[in-house]
Amino acid sequence: MVLMKMAFPFEKRVKLAQGLWLLSWFATLAGALTFTLGCFLKTELRRRAEVMDNTEIHAVPNTLMIVGLASLGINYFAGRICQDALDAGRFPRWKNFLQPFFGVSLFFSFLMLMAVIMSYAMKGNLESSLKIGLKNGIRFYKDTDTPGRCFQKQTIDRLQMEFRCCGNNDYRDWFEVQWISNRYLDFSSKEVKDRIKSNVDGRYLVDGVPFSCCNPSSPRPCIQYRLTNNSAHYNYEHQTEELNLYIRGCREALVNYYMGLMNTIGAVVLSVFLIQASVIVSLRYLQTAMEAVAGQENTEIETEGYLLEKGLKETFMEYMNPVLTLLMLNQVSSEAGAGGAEAGSSS
Amino acid sequence: MALMKVKFDLKKRVKLAQFVWFMYWFSVMAGVLVFSMGLFFKIELRKRSELMDNNESHFVPNLLIAVGLLACGINAFGGKICYDSLDPTKFAKWKPMLKPFLVSCVMFNALLVLTALLCFLMRIPLQFTLAEGLKNGMKFYKDTDTPGRCYMKRTLDMMQMEFRCCGNNNYKDWFEIQWVSNRYLNFGAKEVKDRIGSNVDGQYLMDGVPFSCCNPSSPRPCIQYQVTNNTAHYSYDHYTEDLNIWKRGCRDALLSYYGGLMNTIGALVLLVTMLEVGVMVGLQYVNTSLSTLANPEDPESESEGWILEKTVKETFTDIMAKMKNMGKGNQVDEGAEAPVATVS
Repeated sequence: MVLMKMAFPFEKRVKLAQGLWLLSWFATLAGALTFTLGCFLKTELRRRAEVMDNTEIHAVPNTLMIVGLASLGINYFAGRICQDALDAGRFPRWKNFLQPFFGVSLFFSFLMLMAVIMSYAMKGNLESSLKIGLKNGIRFYKDTDTPGRCFQKQTIDRLQMEFRCCGNNDYRDWFEVQWISNRYLDFSSKEVKDRIKSNVDGRYLVDGVPFSCCNPSSPRPCIQYRLTNNSAHYNYEHQTEELNLYIRGCREALVNYYMGLMNTIGAVVLSVFLIQASVIVSLRYLQTAMEAVAGQENTEIETEGYLLEKGLKETFMEYMNPVLTLLMLNQVSSEAGAGGAEAGSSS
Repeated sequence: MALMKVKFDLKKRVKLAQFVWFMYWFSVMAGVLVFSMGLFFKIELRKRSELMDNNESHFVPNLLIAVGLLACGINAFGGKICYDSLDPTKFAKWKPMLKPFLVSCVMFNALLVLTALLCFLMRIPLQFTLAEGLKNGMKFYKDTDTPGRCYMKRTLDMMQMEFRCCGNNNYKDWFEIQWVSNRYLNFGAKEVKDRIGSNVDGQYLMDGVPFSCCNPSSPRPCIQYQVTNNTAHYSYDHYTEDLNIWKRGCRDALLSYYGGLMNTIGALVLLVTMLEVGVMVGLQYVNTSLSTLANPEDPESESEGWILEKTVKETFTDIMAKMKNMGKGNQVDEGAEAPVATVS
């Protein structure tokens, strides 16, 4: 039973070929757009690579770039095929090419769909990567003299200023780490000695944040030290003060930024996928309609086009049979070998 | 003796017309580019209008926008003329308009050169505008409760962070004004009373700067208060410390930003001027080559093209003579009327 049969008179075939040619050029541009979006996303992810723990999220832009390039090739060939389709003399040379071509196209279309799903599904992965990266960033903030970490302070400061955020979850993360290097602490002063003694690890902890947490929209000059001490500052109450520092945590800010980017890209790539799918379906109809014309005297007869010659299940079985026979053949030959060995040993 | 005479046959004429038509469309794009640069410059000026005193002049960006639009119009018209020049009947329509059009092209090119010159020169008034505006901006930094000035703090902070600068000339400008609002000063404290008492105007001055002056590249946490007091901070010498806060003044930073922008735009306008002069010369050749056909009925005959019919000096004296005649013409009319009046 043929899948989705459609009748194609000569006029309709011509229109199909012309429409497909135009659509394939459009789809080529869409493929180029996908590639560009993949490059852009990768660049954006690499810019903040220092606050990410792993690069698993890079699978999304990598897939997009591969699919974009493949789609360029697929649509270019689709355009060439439909240019030759209406010419009965030139069409047969594509005959052997078309079967693997459809296989490859289906694979890459499926990959495109996977990229869209990944861009929505990898939020959790991104979040945990940022959580660890930011925690390390805050811990190594003070190590401006350690090779390999000397730019951590600059990175975190610029990140907090650009994304208008403070700390990992919120500003209190800064209270739990020593972010002032020992090089700038006067160990002979009483205050420093008291603070260091007051905790187990001997760290200099303050209820203060770096200057990059300051919010320029605050009406008063920034209060960054002794944040929880209301009496240290005139007319200040830290529970009600919301404009002084950035309230948002940097993990939330970065996740929102990247998810917004990936959602937009996912929506665009989904529409590219629909265009690509329609190109493949139209090409299949054109192929089957033109195959029925081959060898006929009158090339203007009405033919039928279909998606699959047999039903979906039968076609699937047809492809699976060679694979299964390969497996069963192995089993049969191993049984035969075992039987032969037994016969040999028994005799 | 004509200036730069060239012989033309039909093929050469057609090629010239096509080439000039193509260059005209290229010039339309150039006109669009000038328009968009003018628009961009205007937006950049508006963005920082709070930091410039109210007299800032938008003359140059407005001129760029007008010139860009005018260039689009003139070039599109010129392109149409070139397109029609290949068809003798259509070209005959345009012929009477061509000479005044070319004269207006010359004046337009002069306007373009003037615009480019103004772009390069605008730096000077901008310097004074910025100096005044930044001084006022810093004065109103603390007035976050005064309507009309409540966003000055935010604007200044964002600008200092973006342009990596501090103060007007340098960070010491912040020491000379009170940038902490009285709302946040405890007038009961001894320290506050001392500071206010220590100067004539009763202002709370301190050797501190706002947080937006801090340099993220500094290896140590930012020191913004008691900047000149070496003993207030451990292992600190404010003479040698140069990474702590931004050293550059905001006037220099903004001036170099806008100066760079204006230099780029000025250079672009000069390039567009050269393009315009080129297409104008091309159109003159098209015009003259079609007007001097050896045999007017036969479109395939040979012709000559030139830039000016006589030499530059003769053309100039011709123009001067024409202008004098126009002036004399007015005088003769008046002289003729006077006797008529006296006779009757």
